[in-house]
Amino acid sequence: MSHTGDLKKTALFDDVVKAGGKMVPFAGYSMPVQFEGIIKEHHRVRTHVGIFDVSHMGQILFRGPNAEKIVQKVTTNSMACEVGRAVYSPVLLPDGGIIDDVIFYRTGETEWLACVNASNKEKDFAWFVKQADGECEVIDQSDLYAQIAIQGPKAPTLISRIFGAKAAELRPFSFIELDYKGANCIVAATGYTGEAGGEVYVPNEVASDLWKELLAKGEDLEIAPIGLGARDSLRLEMRYSLYGNDIDETTNPLEAGLAWTVKFDKGDFIGKNALVAQKEAGLKRRLVGFVIDGKGIARQGYKIFSGDDEIGVVTSGANSPSTGVAVGMGYVPVDFTKTDTRFDIDLKGLRRAPAVVVAGPFYKREA
Amino acid sequence: MSVPKDYKFSESHEWVREEDDNIVTIGITDYAQDKLGDIVAVELRRVGDEVERGESVGNIDSQKSSSEIMSPVAGVIIEINEDVEDDAGLVNSGPYEEGWLLRIEIEDASQLEDLMSAEDYEEYIGTLEDE
Repeated sequence: MSHTGDLKKTALFDDVVKAGGKMVPFAGYSMPVQFEGIIKEHHRVRTHVGIFDVSHMGQILFRGPNAEKIVQKVTTNSMACEVGRAVYSPVLLPDGGIIDDVIFYRTGETEWLACVNASNKEKDFAWFVKQADGECEVIDQSDLYAQIAIQGPKAPTLISRIFGAKAAELRPFSFIELDYKGANCIVAATGYTGEAGGEVYVPNEVASDLWKELLAKGEDLEIAPIGLGARDSLRLEMRYSLYGNDIDETTNPLEAGLAWTVKFDKGDFIGKNALVAQKEAGLKRRLVGFVIDGKGIARQGYKIFSGDDEIGVVTSGANSPSTGVAVGMGYVPVDFTKTDTRFDIDLKGLRRAPAVVVAGPFYKREA
Repeated sequence: MSVPKDYKFSESHEWVREEDDNIVTIGITDYAQDKLGDIVAVELRRVGDEVERGESVGNIDSQKSSSEIMSPVAGVIIEINEDVEDDAGLVNSGPYEEGWLLRIEIEDASQLEDLMSAEDYEEYIGTLEDE
């Protein structure tokens, strides 16, 4: 609490504080961990709609005739999509370790906008500049944009009210650019909750206007601001990886369950040789999802045991408000990754809680 | 924020209530439960365990974080509140009553003199809020 003076503020800081946000330091910013309470906020996003200030995220633009060559080189997924489409991809070190996980928005024939994790902004930018080596422009635009996530089953209604039907009916991972109060915005059908809705990249000058308009026009939809606490529990229920928890430079996409983002046939990319070698040698460990059988909450860093043998470590864990059970993810040897495999989580030496491996997201939306 | 007059308090936001015969009850304060938010799980050490002052006697998980409970006294755990292990929300709803955590038998009652009075604790949390 004593370091708030050194922290950066997003363009929405005043609005977020006014709405009752409990502010905490996060990736160098003062960010709201919660408003009315994490569990209430979590349910609101699953049943109605919530808005998140995620302006701490970074935006890095690649531009120029050789931009495609460079974005293909620094990613594992294919960037050769249509303009108006977005692609999720890890960015790798030559040894296959994950530098960051990023969404690349193809904003033009020779232009991609990368949305990077807040804590990795400087590292990513330096890496991209180095890899581009002058072959295309690499521009850090993080300080130009605010970012608001609008998530929940009522989100499309709200997006339609402000940005029109076309913005509300986008296919997942599509986006459009449009004018909001004279400023160019990106409205994208992306998110981190598993719910309908999208994310808006909005220039700082009009960000507060948009935030206020969302709250006003969403009032009858029971909208409320949502903090980083619920953002974490919502993403964990969907089993989306969080950089710094489930993936980092010591993990690779194959063991992290991100093989679907690795396009070995797209040509050369950084980390490819390491992944090919890893694939040929066979994986030693994998990231699994588990539910706690009974009481107890697993947390990042807790040890995983099979009998007396320590076999792995928890990377994320929490109570899952939508399912009412405690869930988590962690790396374990491949022999322990089959559905229904059982192991124990050591709860800081107090007790061992039995856990069961499950496949897929912890929460599935009702059809 | 409620602070009962006849309890004593630690800087890590545990409270102590003296019962009869060198037995104390401990829990976490209203201030602590409010800071933690929705409490979803409580794990406690077992009856019969000997604990030092400042040693962990359990763990509280809120929706956002995980915190150790530090014993404000040295002694032997003689009872744990099984109700809060079943329904951790009791710590939110009644931190000083139904949300108590452990009963500890202490050898030396003079150690309680080092803890804060209600008045001191109120002043203490006031300074934390000012930061």
